[in-house]
Amino acid sequence: MKKFLQQLYEGIFTNNPVFVQLIGMCPTLATTTSLQNGIGMGLAATAVLICSNAVISLLRKLIPSKVRIAAYITIIAGFVTAVDLLIQAYLPDLSKSLGLFIPLIVVNCIILARAEAFASKNGVLPSIGDGLAMGLGFTFALCVLSTIREILGAGTLMGYPLFGDSFQPAILMILPAGGFLTLGFVIALFQKLLKKKGA
Amino acid sequence: MSFTELFSLALGAILMENFVLVKFLGCCPFLGVSKKTETAVGMGMAVIFVMTVASAATYLVNEYVLLRFDLEYMQTVAFILIIASLVQFVEMFLMKAMPALYQALGIYLPLITTNCAVLGVALLNVQQELNFIGSVVYGFSAAVGFTLAIVLFASVRERLEFAECPPSFEGFPIALISASLLAMAFMGFQGLKIF
Repeated sequence: MKKFLQQLYEGIFTNNPVFVQLIGMCPTLATTTSLQNGIGMGLAATAVLICSNAVISLLRKLIPSKVRIAAYITIIAGFVTAVDLLIQAYLPDLSKSLGLFIPLIVVNCIILARAEAFASKNGVLPSIGDGLAMGLGFTFALCVLSTIREILGAGTLMGYPLFGDSFQPAILMILPAGGFLTLGFVIALFQKLLKKKGA
Repeated sequence: MSFTELFSLALGAILMENFVLVKFLGCCPFLGVSKKTETAVGMGMAVIFVMTVASAATYLVNEYVLLRFDLEYMQTVAFILIIASLVQFVEMFLMKAMPALYQALGIYLPLITTNCAVLGVALLNVQQELNFIGSVVYGFSAAVGFTLAIVLFASVRERLEFAECPPSFEGFPIALISASLLAMAFMGFQGLKIF
């Protein structure tokens, strides 16, 4: 249990996939235009990450190391297709707004990186824990970014207006340029916090 | 498809709908291998090659295998397998046939499998219901757009090395902020929609 909490802490803060490891940038930048999209994307990726980590860890002794990447991608693609179809069936609005980025979870570097670095070397339970921790770290990063961008760029949060009618949203923030800008500032903040802690 | 339509499609994929700066596809290599202009050019060339071939291959498989047998829901799985094996095949072929080119592109090729722009272009071709020529042109010009963005960005980053900036912004954050400025510049192309 203690080990799991440690994993969780690392996944969300000290080793956050987006803010510290700097991987999985495409969905991070593209889907964080509103908090709802951010949470949806984060949870979809977390679900895929947990399942693929569990299966890869179960099969780690059976997969020959030469074709392991292809095998991992096939496993991941299977789960992504399942998640994609489930979202299409039960959350059609989310599916419409995330669009292309749900099938693109397959090539999200975070998932392949965790398969290669963790699940292929560890048992099933720690792998599931790792998937959950990294997935939540990813979701956390998306929530932070999408909250900032939605408040500044649209003046709303989860679709509810926060300010009066006189508020002029800075539309730039929900456009692509605003995505790069927000991520740059948040990573700078993270670097500052981590440096302070290390010193 | 007429020539004008193809031209408009290509121009759109390169400038107005630039894959990296507008659509956010292929951000990982865009941010990861853009420290030097030379490596950026190498990566760009490898992507152009693989994306053009991948567009053609995925179109054929989708049209003659997946659609014929009602297997559309297998698109993601089928396309990623095609791309992964294609990249492997291209790597082996280049190693034997064109060692010089292999030397130049070699290290970037495996990275392309997980470049979401390649899978993205395959899925977009299907979504936009392009025909064979349209798919190939779209794949090629999207990759040219990617190369344009990554080469521009790499030359900006080379200058950034010598710029002074606050310590917390050093490295990645300042690169992201310059990417943001580049994206703003590309927003200016939106008005180009002439057709």
